[in-house]
Amino acid sequence: MITFGSILSSSWPKIFQILSVIVIFFGFYGIAFAAGARIKGKKQNSLAIALFLVPALILVMTGLGIPAIQTFLESFKNADSSKWVGLANYSNAIKDPDIRLAFINTISWVVICPVIVTALGITLATMLNKMKREAFAKSLIFMPMAISFVGGSLIWNLMYAYQEPNHAQTGLVGQVMTWLHIDVKHLLLWSPWNNLFLMVVYIWGFTGFAMVILSAAIKGIPTEIEEAAQLDGATGIRLFRTITVPMVRTTIIVVLTTAMVGTLKLFDVIHTMTGGNFKTDVLSNRMFDENFVYLNYGRGSALAVLIFLGVIPITYYNIRSLRLERKH
Amino acid sequence: MSDKGHASSRPFTSPIASVVVTVIAILWTVPTFGLVVTSFRKKEDILSTGWWTSFKNPGFTLENFRAILFESGGTVGEQGMIPFAINSLAITIPAVLLSVGLGLMAAYALAWIPFRFSDQVFYGLFALQGVPLQLSLLPLLTFFATGIQLFGHTIFPQLHIVGTLASVWLPHTMFGLPLVIYLLHNFVAALPREVMEAARVDGANHFETFRKIVLPLSVPAIASIAIFQFLWIWNDLLVALVFAGGTDDVAPLTLHLANLGGSLGSHWENVAPAALFSIIIPLIVFFSLQRYFVRGLLAGSVK
Repeated sequence: MITFGSILSSSWPKIFQILSVIVIFFGFYGIAFAAGARIKGKKQNSLAIALFLVPALILVMTGLGIPAIQTFLESFKNADSSKWVGLANYSNAIKDPDIRLAFINTISWVVICPVIVTALGITLATMLNKMKREAFAKSLIFMPMAISFVGGSLIWNLMYAYQEPNHAQTGLVGQVMTWLHIDVKHLLLWSPWNNLFLMVVYIWGFTGFAMVILSAAIKGIPTEIEEAAQLDGATGIRLFRTITVPMVRTTIIVVLTTAMVGTLKLFDVIHTMTGGNFKTDVLSNRMFDENFVYLNYGRGSALAVLIFLGVIPITYYNIRSLRLERKH
Repeated sequence: MSDKGHASSRPFTSPIASVVVTVIAILWTVPTFGLVVTSFRKKEDILSTGWWTSFKNPGFTLENFRAILFESGGTVGEQGMIPFAINSLAITIPAVLLSVGLGLMAAYALAWIPFRFSDQVFYGLFALQGVPLQLSLLPLLTFFATGIQLFGHTIFPQLHIVGTLASVWLPHTMFGLPLVIYLLHNFVAALPREVMEAARVDGANHFETFRKIVLPLSVPAIASIAIFQFLWIWNDLLVALVFAGGTDDVAPLTLHLANLGGSLGSHWENVAPAALFSIIIPLIVFFSLQRYFVRGLLAGSVK
């Protein structure tokens, strides 16, 4: 039996640590600001940059910049990074049937999920626009955004829970299949369709994001444009196709690319639901296993670099549009 | 709005649309609802029947929650679930504070302090936002253990934080900063130039301008991005697995939950209430601060 008292006494050091971080942060910057306020003239620019920008840059460089370079170098070394092996990690990765499967699965994730999420998102956003009780329906669809993918995976594990066909089903999906007289299957073991059932978790979690973003964009369409189109006789699906979709094109691209990057890096769902077994492995999970289970750092790094290569076109596109936008 | 009367001529606004939206809203809610119901059911009921049957034969209990929170040993952990929630807080609070605090100052510096490589730094940060954190995990972990060596030279000494909470919230701060800086930069750069110049004419330097003008005006943006960061860090699994994977002492709820789900498989009388317990705080944050959260999302996405 655990009491609140015992929990409190064992967590006290952690609570103390939270408080110390807060006190140190505000204490340091409190003093810095008090001192900085007295400094005038040219010196204040360099001091402000040193205190405002440099800490963030150091953290970003040590956390992302330098490690990325190291991983890149690591990917040309052997399992325990003791010698250089050239492109061997990459060529072995492509030859390995398990990794090839992870590759194919990742590609299907990146192709299927963003399209479904965006299509659902824009349909919902359009339908919900000015509907009664809009906010309530939106909250319900958006809610999974607040739930971790670990929590979401368990929620869907329960939905997919399987019992032998002649037993009472404990998963709702199996029960619905029984009601519809479809043979009940252990969905998470049923390759290759199990990949789709895993994608459902991501789609369930991410559609709310797409809907909210697209909904804001749709509300931003000038009423006059819609009214003019309506005077010309455009209604329903035609209005949607000729006005709504083109007017929110940039936002659609933002949602699509965000979802593509998200699925390319997706890890939690696979790790929690199947652990990459039953032919559901993806690059990101495989990379984790290579690095932290099989301890093959060279190959794990090569997979991380491959994930990065997938992100590069999207980052390039984003930087280009950001540049154009900043010029205006 | 001037066009309320035209509702029927809007795309898809029809009875069919209402039905579709209602069906999707229900489909999206049922799985979570199933988890909530399951966590209040008796163990033998969970094993033998589906949760939807419990409305015909009700028999709910709080025993599952008592077990995961206050029973020591066994499957849930020596101390129950509460210490993991404290770990989650002890990881999330410092990481949110540091990423948003340092991010806001960096955003101000990039937007309002002219210096030579300002543009390059801004684009560099924006590009790093695209770097998958998978690329950084292993080297960063090694750095915490042994310092940074690049081409055989030690350029950063080792930090003695392996196995502590700091080794989890520090990576979160580092990984979160590029996006936080970018989003806050959008906001801070859009503050009216006249206000900033008026402050300078009055003799305020950057420190005073930041404290007296930028900070108070940015409160809504700070709130929304802080909520966003909070949810992101609270819900993370990958960073937790890599940096807190070795020890229960610093493991957050998500990590413990993923282990439970894997090791217990069908022990839903433990897994369901544990999952509900882990999502309750983000759900409270989400429902009470939904408006700010949405604003934070929009800050970065709608142009």
